[in-house]
Amino acid sequence: MAILPVDVTEVASTPGGRKRGDGRVAVGFLAPSMLGLLAFTAFPIVASLLLGFFDWPVIGDHAFTGTQNYESLLHSSEFKTAIINTVVFVILYVPLNIVISLGLAVWIGPKIRPRGLYRTIFFIPVVTPVVANAAIFSLILSPNGLIDSLSLTWFGVQAPNFLGSTTWAMPAVVLLSIWQGFGYNMLVFSAALDAVPASLTEAATIDGASPSARFFRIVLPLITPSIFFAVVLTLISSFQVFTQAYVLTGGGPGNATTTMVLYLYEQGFRFFNLGLASAIAWVLFLIILIITIVQFIGQKRWVHYDQ
Amino acid sequence: MTSDTSSAIGTHPPEPAVSAPTPVIRRSRAAVLRAVLSQTLLSLVALLFLSPIIWMVLSALKPSAEVFTVPPKLFGSRIMFSNFPEAWNYLPFGRFIINTVFVASVGTAITLVASALSGYAFARLNFRFRGGLFVLYLSTLIVPQEVIVIPMFLVMKEIGWVNSYQALILPWAFTAFGTFLLRQFFLTVPKELEEAAKLDGCGHLRILSRIFVPVAAPAFAVLAVFTFIGYWNSFLWPLITVSDTSRMTVPLGLQLFLGQQGQRWELLMAASTIAMVPTVALVLALQKYLVRGIMLSGLGGR
Repeated sequence: MAILPVDVTEVASTPGGRKRGDGRVAVGFLAPSMLGLLAFTAFPIVASLLLGFFDWPVIGDHAFTGTQNYESLLHSSEFKTAIINTVVFVILYVPLNIVISLGLAVWIGPKIRPRGLYRTIFFIPVVTPVVANAAIFSLILSPNGLIDSLSLTWFGVQAPNFLGSTTWAMPAVVLLSIWQGFGYNMLVFSAALDAVPASLTEAATIDGASPSARFFRIVLPLITPSIFFAVVLTLISSFQVFTQAYVLTGGGPGNATTTMVLYLYEQGFRFFNLGLASAIAWVLFLIILIITIVQFIGQKRWVHYDQ
Repeated sequence: MTSDTSSAIGTHPPEPAVSAPTPVIRRSRAAVLRAVLSQTLLSLVALLFLSPIIWMVLSALKPSAEVFTVPPKLFGSRIMFSNFPEAWNYLPFGRFIINTVFVASVGTAITLVASALSGYAFARLNFRFRGGLFVLYLSTLIVPQEVIVIPMFLVMKEIGWVNSYQALILPWAFTAFGTFLLRQFFLTVPKELEEAAKLDGCGHLRILSRIFVPVAAPAFAVLAVFTFIGYWNSFLWPLITVSDTSRMTVPLGLQLFLGQQGQRWELLMAASTIAMVPTVALVLALQKYLVRGIMLSGLGGR
């Protein structure tokens, strides 16, 4: 008796209700994330776009200034330097990261024991606080630090003052970033390599393919989707480099390691020029967007999705 | 030549192994030698890779005057375990840790609940604009954090949330990434599992909590770990929104330490060591799931 009414209502509600039947439930389920995204992502995006057209100090009056923030960026030699520094960082960091992470992922192959432990070791600095990582590197790279001390002991030569030299400061930031960053891509590539069917490489071995031919002709093309994915994400995050430079060199010496986000932070939260800082954020966003779109267009030439 | 025979052996193991034992041994000896060499070299590379962290711990145990020496020494004249309590008390480090644990735990909890609900909605509920809304969710992922933090800071100032836990937690707890990750996993859950529950009259909330949450436990674990680590290490936003020591997180505390330490490198290294313990412990405990987790998430943490 109790079952019958349930069946009846279900039959009755099904025809009209299927498509929109979950609508009310869906509103409830989506409400938290949607409200959160609206308040903390969508609204700030719009606000930031508008802020870029204002002179907006933290304290005091704000005024609409049109494209003045963007024009002053165009003529700012400091901003130009920040862009160049960021590009130099990206050019040094991304290829090194990809090559090292892919190389180690291949090296830690099925014959290495214990594989999990080695993978974990190279992953550790990915999860330790960047500030702590940078603190170690500033100890090691400072005058009288480990490198300097080793150089004096072994070769009797003083090492350069890495963090205080316009030549060496950027490579130091790159070194720190590589050390703490490649472990993530290494795991991405490990996962991809594990997914390559053994039957394919075995078949090639029977056909007499050398190990390097097997790697470059079979394995590498098969994992190009993962490489593409890693390159896209690594490029995006490397344009946003901030903490490493902020902690290790403070953007110096001079402005030798002032990256775009560091410049944004200084303009926004040291000089409290929030309109200009927003304009910088949008220039950064546009650069990232264009590069990402170009990569998605270019992927057809080298990424194989046939599997 | 050897590779020819070895490949033949590889494909038909039993027969040639009996009829021609010598090449097998020679091949395996060379292979073993190569494996040992590769393994040894790799452990050296791993040691070199870990040397900054090892140096951090060693420096944290040295007397103040012996951090910088030529030639470098692994140990000072005394092992100073007392550097750890001293670093802990030099700044309110206990406070920083409590703050960070609180912010990271609450943030992770909110992220998991909100993502589970929306992930379920996109995977299992039928409603209008579902596809379009999902694309909108995903499109928020391409916006860099830097675009968001400036207006967000102004909002926090306006509503009096500067130097508050809410400001550290809420802005990053509603991510499209969590929704995406859990939706992808929920889509793979067989429909039969929930049909019985539906016949029993279970609502969607019950189906989600009783069936989807247990089945998708690995996905939840991955999301939880990445979210927790993200909160633990977050720097730019706390730097902007918190200036009061009573609300500082561990990275901010370390940064403060860097500014104030003067000559006390051993204390800074002790503090850095303490700051690394929780996330390293988390990763070591979950190392079995690391590769699987990255495979699963596809996008990974940020």
